[in-house]
Amino acid sequence: MHMIIDRIKCDGHGLCAELLPELIRLDDWGYPIIAGGPIPERLAPLAQRAVATCPVLALALRREARSK
Amino acid sequence: MSGLRLLAGPDLRTGAEGYADHVRRLGAATLAGRPLIEALVKSGLTGRGGASFSAGLKWRSVASASKGTAVIVANGAEGEPQSRKDRLLMVTRPHLILDGAFLAARTVRAVSVVLYVGEEHKAAYAAMERALAERPDAERRIARMAAAPHRYVAGESSAAVHLIDAGIASPTTTPPHPRERGVAAAPTLMQNVETLAHVALIARYGDAWYRSAGRNGAVGTLLITLAGGVNRPGVVEIEAGTTIAEAVAMAGGMSEPAGAVLLGGYFGVWIPAANAWDLPLDAEALRAGGLGLGCGVVGLLPSSRCGVCDTARIMRYLAEESSAQCGPCFFGLRALSDACSRVAERGTNRDDIARLKRWAVEVEGRGACKHPDGAVMFLRSALSTFSDEFATHPAHWRQQPA
Repeated sequence: MHMIIDRIKCDGHGLCAELLPELIRLDDWGYPIIAGGPIPERLAPLAQRAVATCPVLALALRREARSK
Repeated sequence: MSGLRLLAGPDLRTGAEGYADHVRRLGAATLAGRPLIEALVKSGLTGRGGASFSAGLKWRSVASASKGTAVIVANGAEGEPQSRKDRLLMVTRPHLILDGAFLAARTVRAVSVVLYVGEEHKAAYAAMERALAERPDAERRIARMAAAPHRYVAGESSAAVHLIDAGIASPTTTPPHPRERGVAAAPTLMQNVETLAHVALIARYGDAWYRSAGRNGAVGTLLITLAGGVNRPGVVEIEAGTTIAEAVAMAGGMSEPAGAVLLGGYFGVWIPAANAWDLPLDAEALRAGGLGLGCGVVGLLPSSRCGVCDTARIMRYLAEESSAQCGPCFFGLRALSDACSRVAERGTNRDDIARLKRWAVEVEGRGACKHPDGAVMFLRSALSTFSDEFATHPAHWRQQPA
């Protein structure tokens, strides 16, 4: 599983970084920087929660890495 | 000024070659359809808009996606401030471009052709419009003009699709790539006007002919814009693989000694002049060295000019040209530009240099399009080429025109 983000939709609410600090940190302007590579199995439930919690639905999980 | 292939024929100063003269000089194209795609693949022709992607592979992919629904876009937006080659070609050899576009339409079974020309390039727009009016009915019926707004990102392929469909020249999230889902949701073949002009000649003379030009292992010819400290700034047609020093000589040589070369325009990279002269102008060879041809601009920075100030000026431009859709691009480029300006205006300081280095890495890959990536690649090359100048920059801010 990979996390992908729609950069146009993302407004920098930052909830994803609160829920999943293991993989997501925020830059100086509050926009997420997502660690590369597949999501470790143990973090999958949290990743799903981050995706579901994003207020603008900018996050998604994909089997293949397509976008950063 | 004369040319080898694209710019061969009547004196360029006499303006656009008309349709009748064009057909008389070059005859009709003999290749179309699948044989043309195969010839393009074998020729090694790559896109001249900046990405240098194989034209043949792109045509093949659109042809297989098209169910008689595809759209062709001839991209003559030429938003790169230093580039002149697309304009020159549109103004002097519009029918080469149109040949390429209509061959593409036949080959991938397209329903329409859009000529996407920068609105500020008035002479080029008018020349393309006039040339289109000279074409046979069957071609004219499926073609139309579209004006690209005067914005840096307007030439980016998803932005072009967005403008043609909805009148908004801002990039959209990919995938889907325009090749799969572009204008009117149809598979769209977008190709720079110079690339289409090469296709027009390959369709007449074949791929072996295309490869017969080129030096040092490179193939074909290309249009290069020389800018900055040369005696005759402008466009030259060179054999691929020609070195930067040789291209500069074709532009009348240096007007004064150069300290650095900006290769590829504002999305390009700064190279210390001493390392630049022997570089071959060829997309593949440059890529092997971690560089890029981009849209083929070679800009010389005379040693009397300050690289830090020029970098700050260009970063300001690139930040303002963000389409303000993605946070890391909109805020990131503005912050980078502000830090560059502070160093240029008030003199160097350790905090700004550290920020520039960190942000230039963090911003990359975090936009819907490649605008932020191009900007930070440019900046990183400045930080390395002008590392001494950045470290010791005085508060002088030499505001010089481009």
